[in-house]
Amino acid sequence: MTIYLPIAEVSVNAFLLLGLGGIVGILSGMFGVGGGFLLTPLLFFIGIPPAVAVGTQANQIVASSFSGVLAHFKRKTVDLKMGTVLLAGGMVGAAIGVKIFEILTEMGQVDLMVQLCYVLFLGVIGLLMFIESLNAIRRSRRKDYVPRKRSQKGWVHTWPLKMKFRTSGLYISAIPVVLVGAFVGVLSAVMGVGGGFIMVPAMIYLLHMPTKVVVGTSLFQIIFVAAFTTIMHATTNYTVDAVLAVLLLIGGVIGAQIGSVIAVRLKAEQLRILLAGMVLVVCAKIALDLLLTPAELYSIAERVAH
Amino acid sequence: MRRLAALLLLLILPWTAQAEEVVLGLSQDEVAITATFDGSSILIFGAVKREAPPPTDLPLDVVIAVQGPTETVTVRKKARRFGIWINSGAVEIDVAPSFYAVATTRPLSVALSQTEDLRHRVSLDRAVRTIGAAEEAQDAPSYLAALKRLRQGEGSYLVREGAVALDQETLFRTSIRMPANLTVGNYKTRIFLTRGGQVVDSYETVIYVHKVGLERWTFSLAHEQPLVYGALSLIIAIAAGWAASAAFAALRR
Repeated sequence: MTIYLPIAEVSVNAFLLLGLGGIVGILSGMFGVGGGFLLTPLLFFIGIPPAVAVGTQANQIVASSFSGVLAHFKRKTVDLKMGTVLLAGGMVGAAIGVKIFEILTEMGQVDLMVQLCYVLFLGVIGLLMFIESLNAIRRSRRKDYVPRKRSQKGWVHTWPLKMKFRTSGLYISAIPVVLVGAFVGVLSAVMGVGGGFIMVPAMIYLLHMPTKVVVGTSLFQIIFVAAFTTIMHATTNYTVDAVLAVLLLIGGVIGAQIGSVIAVRLKAEQLRILLAGMVLVVCAKIALDLLLTPAELYSIAERVAH
Repeated sequence: MRRLAALLLLLILPWTAQAEEVVLGLSQDEVAITATFDGSSILIFGAVKREAPPPTDLPLDVVIAVQGPTETVTVRKKARRFGIWINSGAVEIDVAPSFYAVATTRPLSVALSQTEDLRHRVSLDRAVRTIGAAEEAQDAPSYLAALKRLRQGEGSYLVREGAVALDQETLFRTSIRMPANLTVGNYKTRIFLTRGGQVVDSYETVIYVHKVGLERWTFSLAHEQPLVYGALSLIIAIAAGWAASAAFAALRR
């Protein structure tokens, strides 16, 4: 069954979109990431204009994050105060990001910028995660291993403007928190991703938040940043396709629940190494596209109706 | 006396030019883009009305051109910079119809003379053009060629020489396939009757392409009330997220 997308102005198979949403949903349920970094390139691949893919993706992230954060609220693993401070930074970042997106679209370099961001962040995070989980697997094989206690005092703890975050059990400066939020906000708008795959490591390794509140808090603030990004894309670029978003999120929310069932049956290190492998594969694919001589050198850019 | 004959001939000529006239039919004069729109085929058919028997020396040709709303597009070219492929050159093509189809009975170069093509802008090369692109880039023609090639690849530009069937120099028909990614607007449809490359008669009509129902509502809301549209998209997303969470919580119980 093909369906015509009113904003993207292309017709695609509805089941294909449901399937894509479902597969990405399974992965996001398994790994606790939004899955935007996978879905956005996949949407490019099936012929959705990049600008529409990025704008719509933000809308879809709202749905999946909201579904996820409800579960975390029940477990009381959301640091609302931390989330709010991150959010303040995130809003500023998202506004800047949408502006950057607009400028890059005019310059014709938006695809390049998005691709470079993907290669850089997916490459770095994929590699770090791969090494870390490989070490973890090796450690778990050695029986006599005593886990090393991570230092609770990082360099960011010396900064001024300290605040108390009770749920996270932290007393740290608000500046790095706002900066992390802003950075993820920019990426969220430019790359069309929720930024969970950057936010989660940043919270653990930079802010030293306890792992159990990281995912819930990250999801909580992503909802608002993604919602804000959606509104910004809808009003400045007119690139949010509600029909596309609905098809993707129907598949996505169902897939996420299946994924969380699969996740229970796998070990944490196995999960992380699988995710790292997947991130690296996507990264390699995008990098190859940039490096290899493309089959078609020309492309048709923006349409201006007379 | 000879002058008078020449004058008479001149007076008669415009009339003889109208000796053959197009009578046109369309299978549909509007294309409605619905939620399940997957392109559309339009049958263009008609007949040649004439008062006198057709001239026998030159065969009749029919040229049909369908043109979508014109736009200005930017064609970009990738080049290798710092080891990666990035967009480097760009040429603005001032007149680029979103859709263009030309169908003929015989090859266009035979059916339509160069001068007539220039006058009526029928061939793809005349329909898609730049205005003063030479200043922008030395190789503007290669960008134009690329635009035509890309759009032909996606079915937006069609050149169908010999696709018009003509029976006994009277009845003609052809079918034009319009792709799914149609731009809304008026599609100018022109039919030319030619003999020896000269246009004998022409006829112009419009095929109206528009979105209907939900597609139209969504599109106009997104463009006229973007804030409301954005908010509505968010409400749908939040509702779907909540519904999924609630449904699966109920299933687990």
